[in-house]
Amino acid sequence: MTSILTNLFDGVAYGMLLFVLACGLAVTLGLMNFVNLAHGAFAMAGGYVCAVLVNQAGWPFFAGLPLAFIASALIGVVLERLLYRHLYARSHLDQVLFSVGLVFMSVAAVDYIMGSSRVFIKLPAALEGQFDLFGVGIGRYRLMIIVICGLLTAGLQLVLAKTRFGSRLRAAVDDPRAASGLGINVPQVFAFTFAFGCGLAGLGGALSAEILGLDPYFPLKFMIYFLIVVTVGGSSSITGPFLASLLLGIGDVAGKYYVPKMGPFVIYALMIVILIWRPNGLFGRTAAR
Amino acid sequence: MTAQADVGYHAIQHGRWHRGEIAFWIVALACAFVFPSRYLIMTDIVRLALFALSLDLILGYAGIVSLGHAAFFGVGAYGAGLLALHGIIAEPVLALVAAGLVAMALGFLTSFLVIRGVDLTRLMVTLGIALLLEALAERFSSITGGTDGLQGIEMQPILGLFAFDMFGRTGFFYALAVLFLLFLLARRIVHSPFGLSLRAIRNNPLRAAAIGIPVNRRLIAVYTLAAFYAGIAGALFTQTTAIASLDVFSFERSADLMLVLVIGGTGYLYGGLIGAVVFRMLQEMFSTITPQYWQFWIGLVLVVIVLVGRQRLHRVALWLPNLVITQLAGRKAAVVLPESEAP
Repeated sequence: MTSILTNLFDGVAYGMLLFVLACGLAVTLGLMNFVNLAHGAFAMAGGYVCAVLVNQAGWPFFAGLPLAFIASALIGVVLERLLYRHLYARSHLDQVLFSVGLVFMSVAAVDYIMGSSRVFIKLPAALEGQFDLFGVGIGRYRLMIIVICGLLTAGLQLVLAKTRFGSRLRAAVDDPRAASGLGINVPQVFAFTFAFGCGLAGLGGALSAEILGLDPYFPLKFMIYFLIVVTVGGSSSITGPFLASLLLGIGDVAGKYYVPKMGPFVIYALMIVILIWRPNGLFGRTAAR
Repeated sequence: MTAQADVGYHAIQHGRWHRGEIAFWIVALACAFVFPSRYLIMTDIVRLALFALSLDLILGYAGIVSLGHAAFFGVGAYGAGLLALHGIIAEPVLALVAAGLVAMALGFLTSFLVIRGVDLTRLMVTLGIALLLEALAERFSSITGGTDGLQGIEMQPILGLFAFDMFGRTGFFYALAVLFLLFLLARRIVHSPFGLSLRAIRNNPLRAAAIGIPVNRRLIAVYTLAAFYAGIAGALFTQTTAIASLDVFSFERSADLMLVLVIGGTGYLYGGLIGAVVFRMLQEMFSTITPQYWQFWIGLVLVVIVLVGRQRLHRVALWLPNLVITQLAGRKAAVVLPESEAP
């Protein structure tokens, strides 16, 4: 019984992490309809920035996290302004080719600069080990992930639903032409959103070094997971991808624990079945246009 | 002349063999005698060309974007490997066809998944199928050899006459012959009414359906055919290298394949063949400069191609050949823009 609860807890932490990693993609892929396979590269960039700051410059872990966010967001905004914005109107084939090219470049570049072995980020002592809560083993690090990601999710939901920027973004996504006619600076809104999504991915990358492992092949290894979150979750709201990430996280952890021999087989099969059953995602109505 | 006869006349004109095409194949055959020390890499190019031809059938002619075409390549590779390893079908040509048919069966089954949904769903489903097969091949390592791959494959002589030699000479002629035969078949198919209807579907599925083309059935047919081609390419890979490992299913293989086709251009069949030559040369060049990091330059090529624009790039690349041809032959250029990319 307790092992089930511990697995559930780990699964939730994993799912929350996936959500933070992938919710930027939910905006670019789901809302802006841009197939960005290079999303994992931004996550990797954040992870490596945090690793260098903490391990080599001796920064405290909690100071490294915001820096990971900022670094990835900066890379995101530069690339968006220089490259991505030219491709919004192109065919999906062009977008796929372009982002696959970026992935290849980032993998080789990180391999060249940082080496190909897995990188660990030094954690403060307070985050190591686990404690018992009513007999359920709770990892401190995973608890922190749940707290951070939970707060971020709530914050995102609030920003999207309640603020002026949120309504601008929703308007720009619903109908870019009408939105710009109303005086909304659509390219700016998109650029900001893209950068913010990249920043979140960077933060997720820094957090995930301990759980998912951080090496130059990160963008390729987890690309399919991000895509699953977005396509299965749909994109009509932020709750769809959130629920999909939780499902994926719990399912993956449980699958690896109870049927380790099947490996990722279960996840891929489930994804194909869900996509065939509901091509627009489990929770979405307008995901694929 | 009625409209129908007019269309037929132009289709037949378009289907004729140009001099350039004949020259292309003569050059390909001549390579075998000009570079006798390079059989291995030339065989590699021929295999890649066949694989790219297969993707061209669905991407260039039917407009299906696939991120998991390596699935069929892998099935063909393991199929041929297992047939040879266990001596079920010892004769390579029969084994080749058998492995292709297995991939074709898989293509037929998965085509029903692919025709549902739009681009994004297709991307995900094709990618998912390739990953699924990779996971399966890893899971049943007792059959596939797991991460070590199939080892100890020994090939019998082709048709009982030509034994594979260590220089890869037989392998090259074998691969080239297979490529040529399958190319002839593909050429016949794309110039048939069936091929024309595929192009109509690619340009506008809704309109194609409105003029009475059974869209889904045509897509299933061409997807199955492409799976057969990819399976043959995979089987050739196993037969000429005598190994099959898990990386036949890898995402990089599918992604590289798209690059090959994009370099050559889609929708005129020769794109895959030309792209394969250019891609391998680029790869060789990059890996002599930076052995470990050639992927970076491949990525850069992809990004630049997309940013410059595929059409513009091909226009520039074709400018010189066209100039030479118009000067020498003094008539309409024989090398024209791929139809799908003409402005």
